[in-house]
Amino acid sequence: MHVVIIGNGIAGITCARTLRKHHSDCSITVISSESQHFYSRTALMYIYMGHMKYEHTKPYEDWFWEKNRIDLCFDHVVSIPFENKSLQLRSGLEISYDKLVIATGSVPNRFDWPGQEAEGVISLYGLQDLELLEKYSTDTKRAVIAGGGLIGIELAEMLRTRNIEVTYLVREPHFWANILPQEEGQMINKHIRLDHHIDLQLNAELKQIFSDSKGRVEAIETLSGEKIPCQLVGLTVGVRPNVDFLRNSEIEIDKGIMVNEFLETNIPDVYACGDCVQHIKPPVGRKAVEQVWYTGRMMGECLGETLSGKRTAYVPGVWFNSAKFFDIEYQTYGDVPAQCTSEQSDFYWQHPSKNAALHFVYGKESGVIKGINSFGIRLRHAVLEQWIKEHKTVEYVLIHFEDAWFEPEFHKNYIHEIISEFNHKTGSGLKANKKSWHRILSNIKKATYGH
Amino acid sequence: MATEINYSISQPHPDNLGVWRKIGLALVAVGLAILAFSFGSGWTDISGWYLGICLGSILTGTTMYAYGLYMWQTPGIKNDSVWMNDISNRSTWAWMIGIILTTFYILLYWFPSSIGLGTEEAGNRGFVALFDPLSLFLKGKVASQWFAYGVLYSLAIISLGFKFLLKYRHSRYHIWRTTVLMICQLFLAFLIPEILEGMNQEQAYFAKDLKFFWPLNYYFFEDWHLNAMAEGGSMGMFFLVWGIALFLIVTPILTYFLGKRWYCSWVCGCGGLAETAGDPFRHLSDKRLSAWKLERWLIHGVLVYIFVVTAVVLYGYFTNQSQIFGIDIYTWFRKPYGFLIGAAFSGVIGVGFYPLLGSRVWCRFGCPLAAYMGIFQRFKSRFRITTNGGQCISCGNCSTYCEQGIDVRWYAQRGQNIVRSSCVGCGVCSSVCPRGVLKLENGPEQDRINEKPILIGRDDVRLL
Repeated sequence: MHVVIIGNGIAGITCARTLRKHHSDCSITVISSESQHFYSRTALMYIYMGHMKYEHTKPYEDWFWEKNRIDLCFDHVVSIPFENKSLQLRSGLEISYDKLVIATGSVPNRFDWPGQEAEGVISLYGLQDLELLEKYSTDTKRAVIAGGGLIGIELAEMLRTRNIEVTYLVREPHFWANILPQEEGQMINKHIRLDHHIDLQLNAELKQIFSDSKGRVEAIETLSGEKIPCQLVGLTVGVRPNVDFLRNSEIEIDKGIMVNEFLETNIPDVYACGDCVQHIKPPVGRKAVEQVWYTGRMMGECLGETLSGKRTAYVPGVWFNSAKFFDIEYQTYGDVPAQCTSEQSDFYWQHPSKNAALHFVYGKESGVIKGINSFGIRLRHAVLEQWIKEHKTVEYVLIHFEDAWFEPEFHKNYIHEIISEFNHKTGSGLKANKKSWHRILSNIKKATYGH
Repeated sequence: MATEINYSISQPHPDNLGVWRKIGLALVAVGLAILAFSFGSGWTDISGWYLGICLGSILTGTTMYAYGLYMWQTPGIKNDSVWMNDISNRSTWAWMIGIILTTFYILLYWFPSSIGLGTEEAGNRGFVALFDPLSLFLKGKVASQWFAYGVLYSLAIISLGFKFLLKYRHSRYHIWRTTVLMICQLFLAFLIPEILEGMNQEQAYFAKDLKFFWPLNYYFFEDWHLNAMAEGGSMGMFFLVWGIALFLIVTPILTYFLGKRWYCSWVCGCGGLAETAGDPFRHLSDKRLSAWKLERWLIHGVLVYIFVVTAVVLYGYFTNQSQIFGIDIYTWFRKPYGFLIGAAFSGVIGVGFYPLLGSRVWCRFGCPLAAYMGIFQRFKSRFRITTNGGQCISCGNCSTYCEQGIDVRWYAQRGQNIVRSSCVGCGVCSSVCPRGVLKLENGPEQDRINEKPILIGRDDVRLL
């Protein structure tokens, strides 16, 4: 059996590795036109900032692939004649497959802004974008970034390390407002503005981009009519599945490649996983298109098992995600909506002076915990996952919160402050329990092995 | 902030150094100039002011530089441009520093008279003479090359320790650990032994550093050292018993409860230098699997070597013989170990090559005490670096900044705790992790090592 995987990102590579782990005979080919080897896309910013070189972002040494008999093909897929079970590559090569995995990831959105084709307009998705950014950085004194999400703030952080002035346009009243509740958003606003000296413009949208006689960006205009001179424009307004090269084929596509719970497409022996996928029947409580590192990895893992002969449905567990906004680490577990529904209550605690906050969302009647946002405080994934899965109440969570505390040793824990504020707000009389390794380990076991 | 467009190829918007860093650099330059000048000078009987100004300006200068560098930035990870700067990326300055350090070590170990060590008749000159006033003050004797080295070594740990404290001021783990390291160096390794030495001038020399023990102190069981302790009165007996107890009892117990970090990243002098002066080079350690293989052969080889040498030396001591099976013990056992391991490996390569091979080459590839504690850490200890469920994004910061060359990411991305004999528990992997995945902690031995890890996040896999 010859399995061909298009895309060497986290989804495609996890699929290849999982398949190899369970199935020693098949031959596996991974095709990518972005890089020779798998690297961690999430580390792009650290290459630009000089924390790491490209080679450090490769999770496996180069000999790993040959040793595990995973053939790497540095080429670009032009088209897929599904009826022949083969792929046409840019080099003219044709590769045939028995099973095909499409893991082509996503591409940055661009919303047809006038002037967006100018030199100096960039997105931030892959190595090629980084090269462009590097090229334009040398003669940029001010950059404008449009799009208040994870990539936008990363790009802002990157540019500041090169002493480039940044104007950051965010359409919403606070940073990442479709995900973050107002309190957290305002904390990040403040961090962006006061701690990192970025000209953060809220409720501001990009209208058009102007370029000079050589075609290079020289200014932008916002919807409110303000003209901002700049030499670089970062468009960071989300991503969409990278599937355009398949639009006119028989594979079923809406926003992404339509797959069932086994990540099978409408064409036999053709599968898809990762960012390029749209679930026909999204898992309960989840979106049809979920484009984060973790879902890519989980889908890849799941599909690898299916391809090795054990047909496995993709059933993601409790939602989790993480990010870092300049100096503030963010973790989220379960469901913390930007605005609570009428059946939900919430409890927000923020440190009076430090960039640390926790947001608990729970059932108004039941008190059952639905989700937790954490800023500047590390929490134990397994413990949070089990609490949410087992429908623990917010009171249970609070009094056992030291079990979830994952901050480095000697760091202050604020559990008493948090609980007394909760008591004050709700009139309860909760008292913190001591950390119990027994409970922690049993939660880890349950979260990992299900028993 | 640069406001003009700059068409140069290098960083077009360089940092403005600012007044703190400029004054700091100037002060450091003054101190280094005095040191540099002393080598060529014929100084004898020189005033203590020279050394005072030299040490004072270096200490103040580095601290001011660090203050100017870090205090204008928010607390947090400070790794911007690490792989772009000449000095931290094995370029010209790195090689220059490497060559200067290596030369210094070679002169120090094998040609001390060339740096001014005097004889009975003629006193110290030049570099060593610079340290005479302090030595006379502390112990009433003129300086040896080792005294001079001890002063500079302590200065490096203290001054660059302040820099490290400012760099990691957001982390209480690093604040505690670095403070303890600095105190241990200043008092246990330097001041107390020198003062004790001065108070017991009539006695033969033996090591009086409370935290420096066999097998790192490879001469502990050599006949001259055993005799010196035996004849050293109650203090000598104390150091003899304490030295043996540290190896046999204290180390296994502490390593069981805390991991070997209690020593390597909290107390040890070699570790102290690596964590402070060596911090700008920590990312240069080799992360390849092949380096790990070499490491295991080398460090355990050295451990076996010192056991053999010490067994032979003790055999000679108790049987009062200078030969074993007709082979001379000094020429074939003691001397080669002292030369190869004690001087060349731990000093010349261990520190001299900081800017090229990273800061923990000795600790990782050579230190027999680290090997000994590593065996406990791997097989019988409560210490581990816990991996936080499925949160790893494989970015590579942890592996890159591991001074011991551990591929931390390999474990983190498969949801496995890190239990490795070589981990010195510096805690930097955890600090540089952008997603809160790693935590150094002591906990139950049960489930410390998960051999078949599964990443948290999916509900469909619950095999095993």
